Amino acid sequence: MIGKDTSILGYRRENGRVGVRNHVIVLPVDDISNAAAEAVANNIKGTQALPHPYGRLQFGADLELHFRTLIGTGANPNVAAVVVIGIEEGWTKLIVDGIAKTGKPVLGYSIEGHGDHETIRRASQGARELVQWASEKQREPCSLSELWVSTKCGESDTTSGCGSNPTVGNAFDKLYAAGCTLVFGETTELTGGEHLVAARCRTPAVKQQFMDMFNRYQEVINRHKTSDLSDSQPTKGNIAGGLTTIEEKALGNIQKIGKQCIVDGVLDKAETPTGPGLWFMDSSSAAAEMVTLCAASGYVAHFFPTGQGNIIGNPILPVIKICSNPKTVRTMSEHVDVDTSGLLQRQMNMDQAGDKLLECLVRTANGRLTAAEALGHREFVLTRLYESA
Amino acid sequence: MIDFLVHEQGDSVGTIVVEGVKAGATLTGWVMEQDQTITLKTLSDIPIGHKIALQELGDGATVIKYGVDIGRTIAPIKKGGYLHVHNVKTKRW
Repeated sequence: MIGKDTSILGYRRENGRVGVRNHVIVLPVDDISNAAAEAVANNIKGTQALPHPYGRLQFGADLELHFRTLIGTGANPNVAAVVVIGIEEGWTKLIVDGIAKTGKPVLGYSIEGHGDHETIRRASQGARELVQWASEKQREPCSLSELWVSTKCGESDTTSGCGSNPTVGNAFDKLYAAGCTLVFGETTELTGGEHLVAARCRTPAVKQQFMDMFNRYQEVINRHKTSDLSDSQPTKGNIAGGLTTIEEKALGNIQKIGKQCIVDGVLDKAETPTGPGLWFMDSSSAAAEMVTLCAASGYVAHFFPTGQGNIIGNPILPVIKICSNPKTVRTMSEHVDVDTSGLLQRQMNMDQAGDKLLECLVRTANGRLTAAEALGHREFVLTRLYESA
Repeated sequence: MIDFLVHEQGDSVGTIVVEGVKAGATLTGWVMEQDQTITLKTLSDIPIGHKIALQELGDGATVIKYGVDIGRTIAPIKKGGYLHVHNVKTKRW
């Protein structure tokens, strides 16, 4: 039985946090530094670049989110060390200093005044030293309660609501009792079930914060919508899988927070939680955006239930796929880590399904690659709030 | 063999969980919350994951699943009929 006394083999980082991977990443501050970052990762084996399309002329809350996401990604305990490359010194140093607060090694390089060649040469030298240093890090016994686990579902169908999502809910109830730090989000995908989440909030203040976030996102939808959002929310894939309305999708979605978890607090996008418990993060429901935000908040493993077969992964966060749709399990088996299709035929009960997922979590934490990792899915997608200046 | 699932008693719909359901077939359903079994004849071919009406629903009726409102009908639906985006819409957006 997996519980609070279960230990996993993780990497104890300088700030005390526990990671389950030992990545050395090359992080571009901005779009035009992607080429140098990718060249460094190509030169130095065992490192990976995280290219992305943003980071220039952003301002205000959108810029703060950009910085918070990059710093959070570098600070994540699944990352041993970081090389940061930006076009100019100022914002490069800001990212370096933010990550360095964790105590982990981080090196910064800016391209202006040097050019790509010289920057790549110097950054490759630094990256080689870091990856050799990181390769000597050893796993050590850590408590399951030290794991931070996130969840978000995708390409859901009706089997998600009766199979894979309540499986996550069952596992979340057990991890919550074990003292883990958990998060869910997908603000608009709670539409129709927001009252159920509000009723699970720890205090009236948390409930008010949650409803403020929910209502703000509804205003965004209402301001920009040109239809009832059918084909976007639910998606075409959701509809093909039998989901009819956003309300139906939301009620299935909410199964992920189980029956006993209490919503202890709310987080802004990519914000780091301040204690154990279940957190709600105001976030997009788009898979790669949300999982990227979870990684930036410091989560080290992710539960991703799917019905129709979402194939997402993340560069630093192992994404565990759970599927209860027997057709998807048959046709897309290479993407499925935990098959819970037996739930639909009463061949397993929810408690057994939850335990099967927790067993996979422990094995993943101990080092087993997830399907998405083995297949090379490394979707790193930054959330934007509005246009650049 | 379970052909469809119902989250709880009082829901107006069940979810087909097997492939190849054809019109006229008598289906076995499992009401999960109450752990009961029911049978129902389907009026349509219904793909896996899609929904069957457990009761007659008039135009503009509220559809209940998980014991909660999931939208409204935009056409009458017979008991055993196929229920999806062609006859049910969101009440929200």
